[in-house]
Amino acid sequence: MRQPLMTLLVVYSIAILVLTLIPGQDESGNVYYMDFFHAIYFVSFMATTIGFGEIPFEFTDAQRVWVIVSMYAGVISWLYAIGTIFTLVQDKTFQHALSENKLARKIRGMREPFYLVCGYGETGSALVKGLTDGGQRVVVIEIEEYRRNLIRIDNLRDFVPSLHGDAQKPKHLQEAGLQHSLCQAVVAVTNVNEVNLKIALTSKLLHPQIKVICRADSHDVENNMESFGTDHIIDPYDTFATSLATAFQVPCLHLLQSWLFSANDELALDEPVYPPKQKHWVICGYGRFGKAVYERLIKEGMEVVVIEADPSATGEPVEGIVYGRGTEANTLLEANIEEASGLIAGTDNDANNLSMVVTARELNPDLFIIVRQNHSDNSSIIDSVNADMVMHPSKIIADKIRVLLGTPMLYQFVSLAYYQDNDWACELVSRISALVGNQMPKLTEITINNHEARAVVDVLGNGETVKLADLQRDPWKRRDCLKCIILMIECHNDFLLLPGPDTKINQGDRLLVCAGDGGFTRLRWNLQHDNILSYVRKGTVTKHGWLWEKLNRKSK
Amino acid sequence: MNPEKVVFGFFIVLALTLNFGFFVGDLDNPDHHHVYELFAVVIVNLIATILKLGDRSQMGAVLLATSLVAILQLIAAALVWTAAEHITGTGLTPTVTASIVSLSGGAMLANVISVILLIIETVMLRR
Repeated sequence: MRQPLMTLLVVYSIAILVLTLIPGQDESGNVYYMDFFHAIYFVSFMATTIGFGEIPFEFTDAQRVWVIVSMYAGVISWLYAIGTIFTLVQDKTFQHALSENKLARKIRGMREPFYLVCGYGETGSALVKGLTDGGQRVVVIEIEEYRRNLIRIDNLRDFVPSLHGDAQKPKHLQEAGLQHSLCQAVVAVTNVNEVNLKIALTSKLLHPQIKVICRADSHDVENNMESFGTDHIIDPYDTFATSLATAFQVPCLHLLQSWLFSANDELALDEPVYPPKQKHWVICGYGRFGKAVYERLIKEGMEVVVIEADPSATGEPVEGIVYGRGTEANTLLEANIEEASGLIAGTDNDANNLSMVVTARELNPDLFIIVRQNHSDNSSIIDSVNADMVMHPSKIIADKIRVLLGTPMLYQFVSLAYYQDNDWACELVSRISALVGNQMPKLTEITINNHEARAVVDVLGNGETVKLADLQRDPWKRRDCLKCIILMIECHNDFLLLPGPDTKINQGDRLLVCAGDGGFTRLRWNLQHDNILSYVRKGTVTKHGWLWEKLNRKSK
Repeated sequence: MNPEKVVFGFFIVLALTLNFGFFVGDLDNPDHHHVYELFAVVIVNLIATILKLGDRSQMGAVLLATSLVAILQLIAAALVWTAAEHITGTGLTPTVTASIVSLSGGAMLANVISVILLIIETVMLRR
């Protein structure tokens, strides 16, 4: 940049200077010296090849000699300068630096709380979609340029700033807003354990108050992450194994969980699944997933036969294995598939999993089938085999993280619900399905504070009490009930499951609410609007504003 | 010795010395202020400005700012001169000369600051 400017300046100044020094002739033949004004004017149009002619008088031959020289010098230095500037503008690194600067400025200027998601693979994209659909802001770091470009194609509800960079490097995390005061959480969902570990460590060191959520596939890495205080570590295989165990013990709770955790609005409510407890199960593939499920099934007291093609790499359970891939009939027969009650197709290859399912169905049509889906592109073919349960690691992680970020109270709810029996869960399931019809229920958390429940705080401040039953009345017709269920109430770290209508509300309480269409909107009216709150509580409206109050007092 | 620093220092000091050369003399006497000297001052100041482009340090930013001020003042002086000679046709009256020279005096102040900053930077590097 400096070189071409300098060249132009030098060429111009020499051309101008010499023009003022060479004697010329005016019309009457007198000697005159060109002044700086005319010299600058002449050189300006000469060097840019505009060429208005010889001014202010016709040149002498001596002047023309100099003009020939400076003409070429001027044009060449212009070409050189323009060429250099164009190359600079087209330069890849320069453009990259420019776009990165622009992005960093945008991220620094964020005025809303946002989450930092590292990795836009299968999990990352599902998570980002879920979060933006919920109205939350996200920033993404992705190391592969083409996957980062997918963000623009993916049709997200909100603009998602994305940085092309290696999230392992602290510099890139900082550029993406790790130390921004509004950055709420860092989510590490790259497909490499070590990278997730490094991200978690960097985030905890540079911004200790921040929430860090990590994906991890091995127990070794999980322990390491836990050692420096990573807030949540998500292992998709353990998560699925736990939910399988729930399905064994409390089928309704499993169904409830799958409803509440799902982000997809288009899905219809499904039926509970009842994994069979008689006879034995066949697991194909003894990798990380196979091991996690195996341990759970053994804990449930099942008999399990494992099929594995490469036991030297995966190890094998104490009972021994059936050697083979599980895609051929003879291996499955060796595992006694005809007498089995369930099959888990759990290898890391979708085609093999499907082939197993089809072959096994031919041998035993009554099998309960769990299939592992590795790539979301294969959804249509996986759906077509109608498995009883599908284990899709990316979706499991994305759903779990979305809940952790959006409605963390749901976690406490589920862990408390474990202590209830199946009937309790079944009753809640039927209440919810009555509430929402055939759609997925929606969840939200409400804190009783000035921001989210102004009217309630005002009433509580006057020393009066507000009961849950008051809030659950319809703001237009108080005899009707609102379409919402208060799942849990948190009061000074005490959790109350499905609180009764007489429960009193205190300031600072947090409510976990499940509602169907329009439920939240009406609930917010009750919480925020003085007159409406007074109507749903007492059936009368007290406050009318200054003028009406005066008039009312007079008429009394 | 860093040849880049030599060139840099050379042009900054030269900008000041030439500026001073143009500035000295009676304020309103056109004979004491030659047009070629003004031309040289403008060119050298432009060179100094270009040399300062792209320096990302704090010192570089302030140096660039002082240079831009000097250039602004000098170009204003040159424009006044051009206007007096060619546009209004009054020629170099004492009033016009005084305003040209005082504008260049302002530019000199900016150049003095440039040199002081240069000295400060050098002294800090010594330590």
